[in-house]
Amino acid sequence: MSSLLLFGASEGGLFDFDATLPLMAAQVVLLTYILNVLFFKPVGKVVEEREDYVLTSRTEAKKKLAEVEKLENDLKNQLKGARQAAQKVISEAEADSEKLYKEALALANSEANASREKVRKEIDSQRESALNQLKSDADKLGDLIVQKLLAAK
Amino acid sequence: MGTSPFVLPFAALEVGQHLYWQFGKLRIHGQVFMTSWILIGALLTLVVVGTKKMERDPKGVQNLLEFLWDYIRDLARTQIGEKVYRDWMPFIGTLFLFIFVSNWGGALIPWKLIELPSGELGAPTADINTTVALALLVSLSYFYAGLSNKGLRYFEYYVHPTPIMLPFKIVEDFTKPLSLSFRLFGNILADELVVAVLVFLVPLVLPVPVMFLGLFTSAIQALIFATLAAYYIGEAVEEHH
Repeated sequence: MSSLLLFGASEGGLFDFDATLPLMAAQVVLLTYILNVLFFKPVGKVVEEREDYVLTSRTEAKKKLAEVEKLENDLKNQLKGARQAAQKVISEAEADSEKLYKEALALANSEANASREKVRKEIDSQRESALNQLKSDADKLGDLIVQKLLAAK
Repeated sequence: MGTSPFVLPFAALEVGQHLYWQFGKLRIHGQVFMTSWILIGALLTLVVVGTKKMERDPKGVQNLLEFLWDYIRDLARTQIGEKVYRDWMPFIGTLFLFIFVSNWGGALIPWKLIELPSGELGAPTADINTTVALALLVSLSYFYAGLSNKGLRYFEYYVHPTPIMLPFKIVEDFTKPLSLSFRLFGNILADELVVAVLVFLVPLVLPVPVMFLGLFTSAIQALIFATLAAYYIGEAVEEHH
């Protein structure tokens, strides 16, 4: 038998169709069912479950991230408010202390002025009385001198 | 091989010889079924081992199976469309995996070490019966897909842009299985023959790059067959507006 039998061979040949064809078709259909049960369904289930898991985890993570950002903003706002309040308290306290200082200063000044005035008045009156005294003394002395002079005559 | 000029033990070339098994009046090619059972067995073993203990964090063979599953899903989804690809994914995937393990198994396993009384072991897809069987299954599938999805409106496809297309579309129904089966059969048989002839002529080094090319061709042919099958099914279920 020649090793190269092509068309029209009574036995063998490249294009030798026989019951191999339907049997192979049946075998492939059977294999499809077996692989569907053993491979496509279970692997598909695992892969799709994981895809779902990843998807839900991602959305959850996004949600949590948004929440965290919101909280951060809230805290930042609170912090800003607290800073402003603190600043206000400080400036108020500064203004208060300034006012108190000025008041105290004015009071001290006026007291000092008053006491100075009083002292000056006292000095004035004492000078006045000393002058008067002097005047009367001078008058008395004058009189004495006059009397002495008159007496000596 | 008495009259054959080929005498080297591993470089013998037998084309068109078969190991016949007789069942009553039916005759089948024994070597095709022997190799296909071994390869299907290997494929099923891999699948069973890989799916035995599946976890959310994949380990070992599960990774490979998930990669294959994902690859087949993408193939089916892009060709058939989002709506019905799930129904056809097992069929497309089985075609791809069966043709792939057949082609690669035929090229990688040293079948020639096993002596048969007649014919020789090789890729099941190098036998015209196998490829025609696969191609006819594809034809049946796309008819079934079209009819089950659109009912008799499926036949609108034949006159789709204009009724002038009718004869071409009818011819297509014959050329589709013909081209599918002959493309696969021709490529795989030619690959086996080229390697065998080269091994016969230059038994060292030279056949190796051709063998690698053969592996590449084998993988591409499996992909082409599965992609075209999916495309034909997608074409049949597509809605025209």
